[in-house]
Amino acid sequence: MADIESVLTIENLNISFSVFAGEVKAVRGVSFQLGKGETLAIVGESGSGKSVTARSIMGLLPNNAKITNGSILFKGEDLVQKSEKEMQKIRGEKISMIFQDPMTSLDPTMTIGNQVAESLRLHKKISRREALTKALELLELVGIPEAEKRMKYFPHQFSGGQRQRVVIAIALICSPEIVIADEPTTALDVTVQAQILELLKGIQNKLATSFLFITHNLGVVANIADRIAVIYAGRIVEIGTVEEVLFNPQHPYTWGLLSSMPIQNTNEKRIFAIPGTPPDTLSLPPGDAFYPRNKYAMKIDARQMPPLFRVSPTHMAATWLLAPGAPEVTPPAEVIRRRELFKERAAQAHASNTS
Amino acid sequence: MAGTGAPKKILEVSHLKKTFNAGKSNEVTAVDDISFCIYEGETFGLVGESGCGKSTTGKTIIRLYDPTSGSILFEGEDVSKIRQRDTLLHFRRQVQMIFQDPYASLDPRMKVKDIISEGIKVHSLAKTKDELEGQVEELLALVGLNASHANRYPHEFSGGQRQRIGIARALAIQPKFIICDEPISALDVSIQAQVVNLLQELQEKRHLTYLFIAHDLALVKRISNRIGVMYRGKLVELGPSEEIYSYGVHPYTESLLSAIPVADPDYGKTHRRIVYHPEPDVKGEQMALRQIAQDHYVYCKQSDRGFYQEKLEQKKL
Repeated sequence: MADIESVLTIENLNISFSVFAGEVKAVRGVSFQLGKGETLAIVGESGSGKSVTARSIMGLLPNNAKITNGSILFKGEDLVQKSEKEMQKIRGEKISMIFQDPMTSLDPTMTIGNQVAESLRLHKKISRREALTKALELLELVGIPEAEKRMKYFPHQFSGGQRQRVVIAIALICSPEIVIADEPTTALDVTVQAQILELLKGIQNKLATSFLFITHNLGVVANIADRIAVIYAGRIVEIGTVEEVLFNPQHPYTWGLLSSMPIQNTNEKRIFAIPGTPPDTLSLPPGDAFYPRNKYAMKIDARQMPPLFRVSPTHMAATWLLAPGAPEVTPPAEVIRRRELFKERAAQAHASNTS
Repeated sequence: MAGTGAPKKILEVSHLKKTFNAGKSNEVTAVDDISFCIYEGETFGLVGESGCGKSTTGKTIIRLYDPTSGSILFEGEDVSKIRQRDTLLHFRRQVQMIFQDPYASLDPRMKVKDIISEGIKVHSLAKTKDELEGQVEELLALVGLNASHANRYPHEFSGGQRQRIGIARALAIQPKFIICDEPISALDVSIQAQVVNLLQELQEKRHLTYLFIAHDLALVKRISNRIGVMYRGKLVELGPSEEIYSYGVHPYTESLLSAIPVADPDYGKTHRRIVYHPEPDVKGEQMALRQIAQDHYVYCKQSDRGFYQEKLEQKKL
C-alpha cells in the first residue's frame, strides 16, 4: 500500500479489559494501514476484538478497557495520546461511525432532521437553517424518499433499513475522512442488506472517504472492500487484497470461514463447520490461539505463536504452514476450487496485460 | 422422507389468517389466508423478510397466538379450536419451538438443568429425581454439552452453546415436530454451521419434522426439502427447495435470490440485483396459489398461470 497515502496507521495495538476474573486481552498486537479512499474490511467472529479495535479508534472504549501498548496514527497524530476533549473534535467530524443496530443508535425523541443536523452544528459554526439544508441533501443522498417531509418524522416512523440510511447520513454529514461501519447490515434482512451495501458502494464512488468495514460475514465484504483483514482472538491472522484473501487464502481459519458458507453448490450432506468454540480470551493458550480448532495444526502451534508470513507484497498470513520447511497440506475442497479460479483469473489478467 | 407410498402429512394449514388489533385503526393482517402442509420427517423452510408474517405463522401453529380464522390440522386433528387445557398440553407435548434469540429465550435466573427439565416435569415424564437427572444428562450429551454444564446459569454460555440449551429444552419432551424460528440468525458464521448440522443430526436420530423459519434463502435451501416464500402475509411461492433456489419464478423470490451476498468480487461486478415491485391490487381476477409444475405453486391470477409455467420451462433450459 506504499502507493496510496495512508490516513490511518495502527501499530502493534494491544487492548486489555480488567474484569472480575482477571485481564482479558481483547486485542493483541494488531497492525494495519488504511489508505485514502480505501475500504478495509475486518472480518472476525464475536469476541475476536474487531469491534474493540474500531471503538479504540473512535476513543469510545469502556472505562475498564486500557490500551496497554501501540499507537493509532491518524494523519501523523497519535489518537491514543489525545484527551477526551481533543477526541470530541475528531469524533464525528474527522472519523465517524455507523453502528450495528439502527433501532438503538438513533434518539427516539428527536426528529430525523435535527439528528442529522446535530453533528454539523456541533462541529461547524453554521446556522440551524443551513444545517438543515445540508441534512436534507444528505438524506436525499442516502435515498430517503420524500426527504423534506420526512425530516420532521421520528425514528419509530421509519423501517430498519431506512433508519440505517439515516445513521449513514449522520456519519457522512461532516464529510469525515474515515467512516467506521461496525456490522452495519447484520441486523438487517438479506434484501435490505443488499440495498445498504449498494448505497455504501455508491458513496465510496462519490466521495473520497476511507471506510473501515467490520463484519463477521465474508460474503458481505466481497463487493465492497479493497482489502480484507481476518482477525481471530485479538490478532490479525490474514490480511490481503479481496482477491488474495477470498481466492488464495493461506490461514486455516480463513479456509474454515470460506468452507462454512451455506451458499456453495456442493453435494455434501452437511455444511462444513469449524469445530469447537472461540477461545476464552481470559486464558489464552501459549501458542496459536486457533490451535485447538485447527485440523492442520502442527506441534509448533501449541508452543509458539506464528508470526505474519509474507505471501505477496500485499498479502500476509500468520500460520506455521507458510514457514520454510513446513509440510504440504491439502486445503478443503472449497479452497482448492477458489485457488484454481484465482490462478485462472491471474492468467487472464496477465494475458490481457501483455497483449 | 423415505417411506412406502405417499408421505404422511403431519401438519396441514389451510386458509390461516391472523389479524392483530382487529377492528382498531392499527389493524394488521400479519398472516393472510395461507395454506400449506408439512410431511412427516421433512424440513419445510419458510423464508421472507422481517414483517412478512413468517414468525407469526410459526407462533400461531404452536398456539402462542390464536388464529383469526382458518384451520391447523396436526395429525388430522384441528388444533386451532382447542380450548381445554389438557388437550392443549397434549398437543404441545408433540410440538416444540426453538427461538431466535438465545439470549432472551432462556430465563437468566434458572440453572440449565431446570430449564431443560421444566418440560419433563410439566408433562410428568420422569418418575424419580434420578430419572430426571439422567434424562437431562442424556439431553446435554445429545446436543454436545457436558454433564457439568447442568448446574450453570445461561450467562456463562456463548450464543452457540445457549442455542444448544434451547434445542435440548425443545427435545426434552420428545416432540415429533419442531418449529425453528430463525435459530441461527443471531449466531456467528462459524457457529451457524455447527447448529445447523446438529439440527440435521437430531432429525435423523429422532425422526423429527421441522418447520424452519429464516430469511437466508441460501441456508434454508441447504437444509429444507421444500420451501415456502412469504411476502406481506401471503405465501407467494411454494415448491421443492432445489427448484425454488435454482428456478424460482415469482418476482419476489427472484429478488430474494439475487440479494444473497456472494464471496466473490467478480460476481458483484456483473451481478444485478432484482428489485421487487409488488403488483397493485386490482379488482377482478382472484389471486391464489396455483400449481405450475409438480409440487410447485405460485401465487398469481388464473390468467398468469401459463406465463409462470413458461417462465419455469425457460429457466430450466
